Amino acid sequence: MLPTPSTSHVPYARVYEPAEDSFLLLDTLSSPSETAFLGSRFATPTPTPLALEIGPGSGVVLAFLTAHARTLLGRRDVVTLGIDINRFACRATAETHSRGAGHGHGTFLGAAQGDLAGAVRAHAVDVLVFNPPYVPTDELPAPPSPPSPPPAEMAPPGRDGDSPTTFAEDSRLLALSYAGGRDGMEVTARVVAALPRVLSARGCAYLLLCAGNKPEEVKAGIRGLEGAGRLWRAETVGTSGRQAGWEKLQIVRIWRDL
Amino acid sequence: MKVLTLNFLTCAVKTCKSSSDSFPLHPKDAELASDDVEVNPQLLVNLLPRIDWNALRTTSTELGFPQLPEQPPTAEELGADEKVLKDLHSLLIETQIMEGKLVCGHCGHEYAIREGIANFLLPSHLV
Repeated sequence: MLPTPSTSHVPYARVYEPAEDSFLLLDTLSSPSETAFLGSRFATPTPTPLALEIGPGSGVVLAFLTAHARTLLGRRDVVTLGIDINRFACRATAETHSRGAGHGHGTFLGAAQGDLAGAVRAHAVDVLVFNPPYVPTDELPAPPSPPSPPPAEMAPPGRDGDSPTTFAEDSRLLALSYAGGRDGMEVTARVVAALPRVLSARGCAYLLLCAGNKPEEVKAGIRGLEGAGRLWRAETVGTSGRQAGWEKLQIVRIWRDL
Repeated sequence: MKVLTLNFLTCAVKTCKSSSDSFPLHPKDAELASDDVEVNPQLLVNLLPRIDWNALRTTSTELGFPQLPEQPPTAEELGADEKVLKDLHSLLIETQIMEGKLVCGHCGHEYAIREGIANFLLPSHLV
């Protein structure tokens, strides 16, 4: 068992607390099948891989990847980046990394606030990890307001991540981490659609789904993505236990053959 | 955020994606900090083939670092010249942008950086 990064400093009133889904990602990324897959895909000498986690929240999964890069990807020269819509989550992710500094293998570049991978350069990402807001809900919460347009001194204080926030604002930030809209797929569908743009030719992704997301349909959709002549593959590589005959949570690995 | 990050990010505005002017984003009023990080030569050697060197040259100059050479150093040059290695390490791995803005060269939108966290959320009229 590889050590799990400490997240005791994270304000769980407004940042998603590591739970069964986070731990399933850790278990899957460090499982023999995935370390073998990643180790052979990113065998040296090849350029340094960039790992991006969308929605790192507490940072527990990304910091695990950074800290154990050599074990998971077979090399120390891995750079990692987190993008979260919640500014508190960006802070938490950076803090989780700095607390783990010293025994890390990989290099954490930073955490940025943003809407999924919209600000990521085309074909830059080699390993994408996404634990989405997957719970089916009637509607999606409103995103945090962007910084007000200039003049900045007119901006009302505290709306996008400066304390204090109200209970209602905290609840909305938390809702962004779990509420997935129709079939719990509204946010995930946008990330899936962006995969051909974001992933490099050798890129792969680890996507968490719950039973309510209709995983077989999601995987079929991924296999139908535009792949520039190379077929997209999507296979379940990690599962939580069965519940009433269904896999409650699963991790889907997405890639194209080299 | 480390300076290297700018090599992987672009303007979030959809209509800027097709414009080469949207990359790299241009730092403005940047306040920098420097972490003390142990040099990892293998990281730099393996980063070079995947870095957009011209973009890095632009970023480096705009942040007030000495002009980088027109061509990236080869792995042999990195191995032989400790100063080149240390300078690149200092720029890419040790330097953090803590405060300031990132400006798109195509649409002019400014993304704020505060406490080392850049904010790429767009106002609704740009989404």
